[in-house]
Amino acid sequence: MTTAPPKPVDAKPPVPAAAPERIKAKQRPGDVIFSTSTIVAGGLILAILALVALFLIVQSIPAFVADPAEIKGSPSSFWAYVAPLVGGTIWAAFLALLMAVPVAIGIALFISHYAPRRLAAGLGYVVDLLAAVPSVVFGLWGITVLAPFVQPFYSTVVDIFGWIPILAGPVSGTGRTILTVAIVLAVMILPIITALSREVFLQTPRLHEEAALALGATRWEMIQMAVLPFGRPGIISASMLGLGRALGETMAVAMVLSVSGGFSFDLLKSTNPSTIAANIALNFPEAHGVGVNVLIASGLILFVITLIVNSIARYIINRRKAFSGAN
Amino acid sequence: MTTTTVPAPPMTNTLTAGKLPKATPWLLLVGSWIVMGVIFGLLMMAGVTADFNIVGTIFFGTVLFVIVLTVVSRLYEGVRRSKDRMVTSLVSLAFIIALLPLISLLFTTIVNGAHRFDLTFFTYTMRNIVGEGGGGLHAIMGTLQITGWATLISVPIGLLTAIYLVEYGRGTFARAITFLVDVMTGIPSIVAGLFAFAFFALLTGVAGIRFGFGGAVALSILMIPVVVRSTEEMLKLVPNELREASFALGVPKWLTIVKVVLPTSIAGITTGVMLAIARVIGETAPLLIIAGFTQSMNYNMFNERVMTLPVFVYTQYANPGSDAQAYLDRAWTGALTLILIVMLLNLAARVIARIFSPKLGR
Repeated sequence: MTTAPPKPVDAKPPVPAAAPERIKAKQRPGDVIFSTSTIVAGGLILAILALVALFLIVQSIPAFVADPAEIKGSPSSFWAYVAPLVGGTIWAAFLALLMAVPVAIGIALFISHYAPRRLAAGLGYVVDLLAAVPSVVFGLWGITVLAPFVQPFYSTVVDIFGWIPILAGPVSGTGRTILTVAIVLAVMILPIITALSREVFLQTPRLHEEAALALGATRWEMIQMAVLPFGRPGIISASMLGLGRALGETMAVAMVLSVSGGFSFDLLKSTNPSTIAANIALNFPEAHGVGVNVLIASGLILFVITLIVNSIARYIINRRKAFSGAN
Repeated sequence: MTTTTVPAPPMTNTLTAGKLPKATPWLLLVGSWIVMGVIFGLLMMAGVTADFNIVGTIFFGTVLFVIVLTVVSRLYEGVRRSKDRMVTSLVSLAFIIALLPLISLLFTTIVNGAHRFDLTFFTYTMRNIVGEGGGGLHAIMGTLQITGWATLISVPIGLLTAIYLVEYGRGTFARAITFLVDVMTGIPSIVAGLFAFAFFALLTGVAGIRFGFGGAVALSILMIPVVVRSTEEMLKLVPNELREASFALGVPKWLTIVKVVLPTSIAGITTGVMLAIARVIGETAPLLIIAGFTQSMNYNMFNERVMTLPVFVYTQYANPGSDAQAYLDRAWTGALTLILIVMLLNLAARVIARIFSPKLGR
């Protein structure tokens, strides 16, 4: 797919070496207008991101200085209001990642190294279909199909493993717990992790693979020795991008999770921490006054968290691009 | 390798010696399912479970298969082969696991959405509707308009930025833009909605502002990076020889780009734009915040709330009236319509890419 892209050309016509003086390209009005407009468009992207940060900060300031009594649920401070949400966001995204990454690596390996060549592209498209499903449909599915489906399993698990702290009962009667949410999130971030890992696995130098096989390695040993070490940075950054997606996912969480205040690690109880994004979506339509600012401030925190996660991921990807011999 | 226990026929093929026959894994798989089926059948007859547990049969049968296959392979083929076989079955299993939610989701949406997938749904709004009847016309129109505006905003910006990055961009500024486009890809959709709200609330001075164009702005923040990324890839694929030939004929650079580079890559760019539309058309959270929800048709993007399809699905589900089932049915039909639109866009994008892509490689 992504082979080495050709370097863009330089516009200047070749100058004869003996020429005493460089012939400058004629600056036509069309050229000036066109190149300026492309620069303006590029600059707009800088401006938009700056504006996003600026306006979120401006609208959040009232929340930081507000009287805590005006905040919904009257917590002791703004931070006491946000902390459980941050905890819930990270906990749900972490659980989703824990489930999605092994499966995604498996799928990526299946498509890149196990499936018959002819089928591989089609199978990749099938996984991409998952990415095309809108999140609100995932929410609807999670609450009407998945939650009732997994609830009996949760009961059984609590009966048998209830002595493990995070699996403690009493079990949720609806199945709308943070574990269900994490399953839905895992399904939603599968395509992005799969797509990126697959790309990286396909870039493994052919000679490394063939050398391993020629030395008598089985297919799994070849993957262990050649493909996985080569693809490790790719897997890590793909997981980070998936994590960023899971952190910001709104509707599926808002619809599926049955929320109560506070934070806990319990997976199967009906008392679950909410996430920042879901909390905004659920409370924004009715919010007014300082409540709006509080929600925007929590959005700002979410923005910062995802920004950090995504930047790390991009940093790993870009560093690898520069040093790998594959492209 | 331990190849001791081969029941050798008189003539052995040395290439397959010490290997399990090809059909073994399949036989073992069916065998494990049957064993588990018998166990669950006995459980059912003993009255422990009410009916035959087919999910349990398949699940535990597959687990049993992986274990048995590993053990059998270990006995006959040695540790390394058995590990290989185990990983092969696990990897294939991972793929099937990923298919299950997709199939289940599509199946439920089609079955539940078919109830109200009728003419009424596509010709009526929800104005003055309580209980049955009514439809999502206002939501469909709102979605089309908001997405259209978002496309109008993002395509020029995205296209020009990509041209800058590929044809002009050098140095720090270009690298900064590349990085920021990547960062923009990761903005959570709800944050985009909050930004549009914060921006227009300050700009207009209306505290609880809701209007359609704000939704378009929020969506274009999500859409621009996708357009830039895909267009950039496509422009990079245009062979340099084409540009050089054009320059050699004395064509100015901007005309080279407009008349040579863009026409060559237009199919890929169109595909990228359609995929970008498909990505944002299903966004719920930003529209919930800035476009709001309403029961009536609103063609004016700059005044008052506008309903969109994803928000329609959410509100029908979240705020059911007296006859909850009617609302749920409408939500599913909305979901089905949404999925159909997204799939059609995806399909069209791929068809365009296949038919109109330039035939290179001569």
